[in-house]
Order: sequence, then structure tokens, then C-alpha cells
Amino acid sequence: MQEVTEQKKEYVPTIVAFCCNWCSYAGADLAGSSRLTYPANVKIIRVPCSCRVNPMFVLKAFQRGADGVILCGCHPGDCHYVTGNYYTRRRMSLLFSFLNYMGIEKERTRVEWVSAAEGAKFSAVMNDFAKKINELGENKRLQDLRVKEERDE
Amino acid sequence: MQRIGVFICWCGSNIAATVDVERVSEAIKSEPGVVFSANYQYMCSENGQQLLRNAIKEYHLTGVVVGSCSPRMHEATFRKAAEAEGLNPYMVEIANIREHCSWIHKDREEATEKAIILVRTAIAKVKLNAPLTAGESPVTKRALVIGGGIAGIQAALDIAEAGFEVDIVEKNPTIGGRMAQLDKTFPTLDCAACILTPKMVDCAQSDKIDILTYSEVEDVKGFVGNFKVKIRRKARFVDETKCTGCKICMDNCPSKKGLNEFNMNLNNRPAIYIPFAQAIPNVAVIDPEQCLKLKSGKCGLCQKKCGVGAIDYTMTDKIIEREYGAIVVATGFRPINIDKFNEYGYSENKDVITSLELERLMNAAGPTNGVLLRPSDNTHPKVITFIQCVGSRDLTDCGKPYCSKICCMYTAKHAMLIREKYPDTEVHVFYIDVRCPGKNYDEFYRRACEQYGVDYIKGMVGKVYNQNGKLMVQGSNLIENEQVTIPSDLVVLATAIEPEPSVRKIATLLTASIDTNNFLTEAHPKLKPVESPTAGVYLAGVCQGPKDIPETVSQASACAAKVIGLLVKDSLKTNPCVAQSDESMCNGCSQCANVCAYGAITYIDKEFRLGGGKTETRRVAYVNPAVCQGCGACTVTCPSGAMDLKGFASKQIMSEVEEICRK
Amino acid sequence: MNKVEELIVKRARELLSSKEVDKVIGWKKGEFYFDPSPAVFTSEEELKDFVYNGFCGANLSKYLVQELKKGGKIAVFLKPCDTYSFNELVKEHRVDKNAVKVIAIECQGKLDIEKIKEKGVSAVTETEENGEEVIVSSLYGSAKFRKEEVLLEKCLTCKSKKFAVADETIVVNEMKETANDRFSGVEELERMSEEERFAFWKGELSKCIRCNACRNVCPACTCVKCVFDNNASGMATKAPADTFEEQMFHIIRAYHVAGRCTDCGECSRVCPQHIPLHLLNRKFIKDINRLYGDFQAGEADEGKNPLIEYTEKDADPTAAVNGEVRHA
Repeated sequence: MQEVTEQKKEYVPTIVAFCCNWCSYAGADLAGSSRLTYPANVKIIRVPCSCRVNPMFVLKAFQRGADGVILCGCHPGDCHYVTGNYYTRRRMSLLFSFLNYMGIEKERTRVEWVSAAEGAKFSAVMNDFAKKINELGENKRLQDLRVKEERDE
Repeated sequence: MQRIGVFICWCGSNIAATVDVERVSEAIKSEPGVVFSANYQYMCSENGQQLLRNAIKEYHLTGVVVGSCSPRMHEATFRKAAEAEGLNPYMVEIANIREHCSWIHKDREEATEKAIILVRTAIAKVKLNAPLTAGESPVTKRALVIGGGIAGIQAALDIAEAGFEVDIVEKNPTIGGRMAQLDKTFPTLDCAACILTPKMVDCAQSDKIDILTYSEVEDVKGFVGNFKVKIRRKARFVDETKCTGCKICMDNCPSKKGLNEFNMNLNNRPAIYIPFAQAIPNVAVIDPEQCLKLKSGKCGLCQKKCGVGAIDYTMTDKIIEREYGAIVVATGFRPINIDKFNEYGYSENKDVITSLELERLMNAAGPTNGVLLRPSDNTHPKVITFIQCVGSRDLTDCGKPYCSKICCMYTAKHAMLIREKYPDTEVHVFYIDVRCPGKNYDEFYRRACEQYGVDYIKGMVGKVYNQNGKLMVQGSNLIENEQVTIPSDLVVLATAIEPEPSVRKIATLLTASIDTNNFLTEAHPKLKPVESPTAGVYLAGVCQGPKDIPETVSQASACAAKVIGLLVKDSLKTNPCVAQSDESMCNGCSQCANVCAYGAITYIDKEFRLGGGKTETRRVAYVNPAVCQGCGACTVTCPSGAMDLKGFASKQIMSEVEEICRK
Repeated sequence: MNKVEELIVKRARELLSSKEVDKVIGWKKGEFYFDPSPAVFTSEEELKDFVYNGFCGANLSKYLVQELKKGGKIAVFLKPCDTYSFNELVKEHRVDKNAVKVIAIECQGKLDIEKIKEKGVSAVTETEENGEEVIVSSLYGSAKFRKEEVLLEKCLTCKSKKFAVADETIVVNEMKETANDRFSGVEELERMSEEERFAFWKGELSKCIRCNACRNVCPACTCVKCVFDNNASGMATKAPADTFEEQMFHIIRAYHVAGRCTDCGECSRVCPQHIPLHLLNRKFIKDINRLYGDFQAGEADEGKNPLIEYTEKDADPTAAVNGEVRHA
């Protein structure tokens, strides 16, 4: 008799990383050219500046089933657009604090400052963030369940 | 119907070794809208680009996605190739499957899966791309220099030398600025006037330079290449075109109580005056606060004595309007007010003076004709004590947190000049650190110590007080670890410098940012040190940060180079990825303009049709595409979503998000 | 008729008869004593229906936005908390203050009819305030309550009895500041675990029927077109299909008014499902105060709100979320 063992597929979280074009995206490029690995479930979206990231994008990601959202920008004071990341800092501090107040685990959202020279930091940040999200598992709290149904069909 | 072509690059083995490029191409074929999908060894090569161009032609592609290295590497290459084939360059998107995929993932399966998602994400975005065209705006080939000190003079001369017209606007009656007040300059000890005044004369003689002294910038409108500036020409009460600078009026003026600003108020001048002998323009000006005729109507002596009829008591301020392509800000500095530093007794003791006052006391054209006499009793001081860092590197409310940079060198200069001219004088210098980096600077300072016997004491001064006519300077000597008191005849304070306060108004007019110390902020501290964040506005001299004359002149010339580079263009190509406000949704709430670092957003009242013959006038935002840099800060501030960024539109980014989350 | 109402109506009459203003915005008597509604009065004749009683909780400032478009000069009666909304509207160029006469009026806190009903009193015919007591008369007799039992939530935690703006004032009795801490509700939630908070909000927000009353009454929500009504925004939703959308709506709404919300409390007052929406806005206000220093939107009719401002030393988001930092 043959035992049928169905291997349960391990859940792979989805992580959306918004990176500003001038620092963090370049930092990610440097991580690449330095062959510094981080998990493949981290997917990067290029934006001109971290201040381009609308809270609606973050919510959209969670709605669509993202398990973690991270924003990366130039270090404060080094913004290519002079002041953009200062606004990001306030906006995301308030948004993330608010999401946590709504019951969303605070580890699911993060802002990191990564310069174009910090390939190693980029990789370290992504490894760490992915690890945290793995530990948290699937984000069910902010997901639009209909999206899941569509997907399962 | 969209027709999208997808090109996957192998990048030799850089991508192909980890990503199964064939599988990616195959998987993408079935994506809606994709009509062509291929992979190639080197997409950036001549052949790769040709492959792209052929496909655009053959398949009538409306959008292109290249899965390759970082867009920071070859986005421009592929855009150019697309454009050559008649496709709008902004219909090309790059999926970064090298730096963000093949190079960091070892597992081929994992990397291939990720590459497919990244390419799909780029497809999702490109479907929402719109053709964009770089705009053009004409350039007015004339520059404005605000401030007529050495920075402004140098910038104007260089710009004029290149053949462009340039106006210098100076708020004082003459150009020359602070440098004109100096006696000698470090590290070569040549006289300031000898090297400055020829440049002033050059300005006056240049047919390209228009010097507008006793004038202030009143209003600035427009943007890079197209500034419209209102300038207030303050009433001088002397016709500049008639006055010959003969000074007869000065000799006859009965009001002689005006403080001589040029001599740091150390002596007086008549109500009608020329600030100094080499003033440019060499034209008198009437101080309305001192003039008897203007104050009481009685006098009019100067008018009677003036041989050319230049005096006009009825003159009023005039506003002129001019257009410029570029603006150089060179508003300079002033010594800070040190009245609050009670420990040094500046307000109580006439013989406690600032370094700039000492410059005037040592200058042959100064109040003492260059003989060093102390102000209280006009005697030669025998013991002179210098105190450095007065208000510099000072975290209290009285001072400034920064290093004023020039004080170490000018104090060494003063000490040396005094020891040379009056060898019987004893000179002490209290310092925290001596900072003399720069060509021949440290050597200069060492000369002061070693050859001229200046007594440098490392330590701070706690108190200066008057005891029987002597100024007792009480301080610590950190090297000897002892308290010292030096009875002195003259105490010179190396006073910190700060930006000329009028710079605040200028900064506001230009939407140029200013830091907490009132220094204008450069566009990038390392790579754009002479540009302000406002396009077309450049910074020269101390208005941007403390610096000495050689540095100021270098920065002014750098500004001029930037200005010339701008003015040689007939028109400016603008970045098409800029913000745009949807007027039908804009509330005119002004939040967006508040976060714009470039002053690109203005508001206009616009009439909208409401149907039924009704109209409504609403305030709406207008983004000047020539000024907008495309950061997107405004888009998030806008609650209605009226503000969006071309090339990185909200819908595009959200579709990328959706695609990444599509598991 | 109470003394304040008397003075208000008298003043409204003067302003209209002298043609000093073309319109007056105030409250009009409803079907019952306890349901007056905001109204525009254009003639002395119409003023006979003007009321100002314990149930005039509505903030009239937002009505200026539409009324001013029709032209003319308007006098508006604003309670202390409403004056803040007015300033905010001026700041955002929604209201031209030169076309408005602000008559700031006394408010001793407004009553919550629901709370009175819960106490078993219906068919209210009149209320009378007597210091810390409220005497409620109804068809069936009268009852006496301690004020705090029957005040609206927004009045229980009234942020200020100061007028942020006033061309003239009508105040008869001294207005006392409340001692209640308006952030205690937020703090209570902050003390809960993430799961508990999620459960709390899931429970509250799932009651939402997306009637948009909160948005429509909000003086900070004056967009020409709301992102939720705009199909192009990628956020448009009509009826709530599942819990996510209510959350999305309320998160985005709270975020959009952050830094601009004066905490007038109208959203909670009008919510037919009694969702404590003020707890959303107050979280932002509390965080702003904690991270960037005390800020009260609408205190002035110019200046920047904390979201369009920054300092170089602002906290990083992680530290901010963890509550490790506080404004110096």
C-alpha cells in the first residue's frame, strides 16, 4: 500500500518595497552588483522619491494580499529633492502608528533610509524585514477577501 | 488596443545563468496585450537595439518592456532606440531582472519566477503609460546678480565676459561690499582696495554690466529662464547721470552727525556723502534721516553749491521691472551683534572692538588714516589682546553654532600686521582651536607665531573688565593649565559672521530654502554646491555659508559658469515626468504648494462651466512644468487626488502593486 | 426662548434688515424640539423658525462653502468649536473670510438625544440648563439629569470654549472648560493588544453602511470630488462589500483630514451606526501632538499643518510607531 503524502506548500509572504530612484533603488542595484542576497519575495517598485508613496499605495498592497510593505528613501538631509523624505518621515510615522492602532502588526510596515552606497545595508534590511514578515505569517487583517476568492478560483 | 513587445536580455550569463530567459519569454507571451515576446543575449548591443526597433516597426508596438539590467543603466538607451523608430520614449519600461533578481538569487526556479513577476509588473505599468513630450521654454539672455560685493562683482564680470548682459543690484550706494572695508587680505597681505577696486572699475566700464546701486529686489515672478523681477531704486536725491563726484556738496553740508557706516560707525559723515573714495558709482547720496532740507525744508546748501545741478530733493523711489534668465544671489554677510556678550564688555568699553572695526582703524582711508589709535583716547595701544570665536561655535542663544571660518586667518593677519608696524606692541591671541586649512594658510599662521612673536594662548576668555584704564582680560591657558589675566590697552573680538539679514526676504521671493542659521541652502551639499534648489538661481559667497575671499571668488566664478551654461541655450528642455493638477478636481487648498521645494505650484482663479449656463470660479493649482522636478511630494499632500505625477501616476504605481501581489 | 437665542435672533434680524448681510446661517426648528437643522435665512420673515437650543450641535461652518458660491455677504453663528473649522476653511481657501461675518456664540455643551432616549425619556418638548443639571421636559413630564449624562460625546471632551475667530460675540453666561481628557479613549485602545484593537475596530467598522454622513458633514472634507467617488483614483468604492472596504475608507478618510481635523466631533455625532469615529481622528491628533508638538488645527486661519511641515530632527517612523519618542 502506498501512502499518499501531500506535502503542504509552505506559505511565501509577499513583500512590496517602494524605493526612491536616487538612493534606495541605487542601493538595491549596488546590493545586486555586490551579489548580496535577500529573499526573492521582496519585490521593488521604483518611485522618484519616497515622498511619492501615497498611503493609498500601502493600503492597496495590503488589500491585494501583501504581507509586508517597506519604504526606502535617502537618508534625511540627503534627499535628492531636498525635503521629500522629511515629509515621508512624518506621513509614514503617522500612518504606520495609525495602522497599528487599527490592529495591524507594527512589524508589517517599515521605513528605512538606504543610500546609494549602502548595498550591504539594503540587503541586510530586506533580509531582516522578510524574516519578520515570515514570522508574522499571512496578513489577514487588511486583506480584501474577494481578492483571495478571485485568486482561488 | 495596446500592443506590447517584451524583450528579455540574457546579459550574457549575468541574467541567463540564474533566470530561465526562455521560460520568462514564453510565460509572458500569454499576457493580455503582449504581441511580441523574445529574448536576446545582449539587448543593449547594436543588434539587440535593432531587434527592438524591428519589432516596433513590424508589430506596430505601442509599448515596450525590456527585462534587463537596472533602468539606471540602460533606460536611456532603450528609450532612444524606441524614439528612433517613432515610438514615444516614455512608452518604454524596464524590468530590473539583473540587479534585483539574477544577481541576488541563487535558486534558478525562484529567480525565474521572480523575473516573470517583475516583467509582468512592468507590463502592468507600461499599459498605463502615456506618451510624454519634454516641454521647451525660452531663455531670457540676461542675468541678475543680487549683491555687489566681491562675489557679485566676480560673477557679473565673468558673465559679462562671456557676452551676456548682467545687472548688479546693490542695496548700498556703492558696490564693493565688505571687501572694500578691509585693509589687507590674507594670506598674501596685499591691500584689499588694490585688488578690489580695479574689478569695481571693470564693472563700471563694461558695456554689458548695469550697476543698480541703492536698489533692492522687490518682487520675483517666473522661473528658470524667465524671471520677471521688480527692483526698487531708492531715492538718492542726486541725479546719477549728472553727479561728477566732486565732493563739493560734502564739504558744504552743515549736517555732519551721520554715523559713517563704511567706517563701522567709528566716525561721522555729512548727510550728503560718497561712502568712500573709490566708490562705484562715484556719486553722492543724501541720507534722508540726516538731511536738514529733507527733514525741515530749511537748508538746500548742497543744491546751491552743486555745479552740475545734480541735487533733486523731490526724487522718489522708483520701481523698475526687468526680465532675466538666471539669478545669482550674493548678498554677503555682516558681523553678528555682540551686545549680549556681557563677558567681553563690548558695549561698556570703547577699546573693546570688533575685528572689522580694527580693519577700519588700520586702513589708510579709515577714521585714523591708518594709524592704529585706540578709540577711547586716541593713543597707541601697547598691549593688544585678540579673542577668537566670539559667537562662533557657540551653542548659547547669543552666538552661532557654526565656525565662521575666516576669523583664525584674519586674526593671524591682524596680529602680524600690528607686530610689523608697531614692533613694540605686545599681541596676545586667545583661541579654542586654530583652523587654517588652505593653500599657504597654515604657513601664514605659523609665521605669525614663529616670526612675529604673537603670543597664542589656547583657552577661552571668561571676562574683560576695566581696571584703572586697563582692560583686564581674564582667561584660561589650557596648555599651562592656569588662569591668566592680561592687562591690555585694546581688545579685539573675532566676531562671528552671519548672512546679511535681507537674504531672508530674497529667499522668500526666490522660493530658495534657507537653513536655521539663515544661510541659503544649496541644491546638493556635495554635487550642486552653487545651485539653489530653485532652478536658475545660483549662490555665491557667504550667503551660502562662511567662506573667505578666494573661496568666494571661486564660487562666484562657478556660478557664472552655471549661468553662462544656461544663458547660451535658446530654450530649455524640461523633464516631462512632472506633476500635473486635474483642474476639475482641484480644491485650491494650497497644501501642495506648501510642500513644493521648488516653488513650482501657483494658483489661478479659473472659470468652470457647470451646465445650465452656469459657471463657477474656482481657485486651482497650476504646476509650472519648467520648474517642477518631479518628486511627487505634492501628489500625496493632495487629498482629492487632483495632483498626479506623469510617468509615476498613482494608477500606474497601484497597478504595479496589484501585479506584485498577484500570486 | 432662552436669553442667548433671543439675542441671536435679534442680531440676525438687525443684520438682515440693515442689509449688512444677505444671508444668515443658523438653525431652523425641526419637526420636534430635539431636531433643529442647519438652515439659511434670507429674510426677517424666515427668522421666526430660527432656534438655538440644547440640540443645536451641528457645526455650521461647512455650509459657508456652498452658500458663498452663490454670492453675497453671510453672517454665520459659530459655537467655540465651530470657529476652529471656520479658520481651517479660510486657511484652505474654501471660505473667503471677507464675505463672512462670524458671530461667535455661547455654548454650554450640546445634548445627545440618543442618550436622553436611552434614559427612558422620549417626546422631548424642552430642555433647560441649570448649571451642571439639565431639566428635560417631555410630553410625559420632566426629568432631571446630570449634564455629563446627556451631553454629546464631542461636548463631554470639549477641547476649548475659546473662540478661534469672532467678528462679534454673543455670550450671556460664562462658559466653563471641561476637565475631561479627550484622549483617554485613544489611550484605552492603545493599551490593548494588537488583536484586541483589531477586533474592536472590526466590530465597530463592520457596522458601517457607507452612508457617507461622516464625510458629508466633515468641514475638512470639502473636496470637489472625493477620491472614493472618483473611478480614476483606484480607490472608488460605493457600497461596502466586505470589512476591508470600511477599513480602507475610514483609514484613508482619517489620514486625509490628519493635521486639518479640528476635532469638532461632527463625524461621530452624525453616524447613524454610532461608530466612534472621533477615536480615529484623535489618534492622529494625539500622535501629532506627541511627535511634533501640540498642534490645534484651526487655531489660526493661516500657517502650515504638521503634515506639510517638518523638522530635521523628526523621529523615524519605527521609533514613532513604537512610542519611543516624544516631541522635545
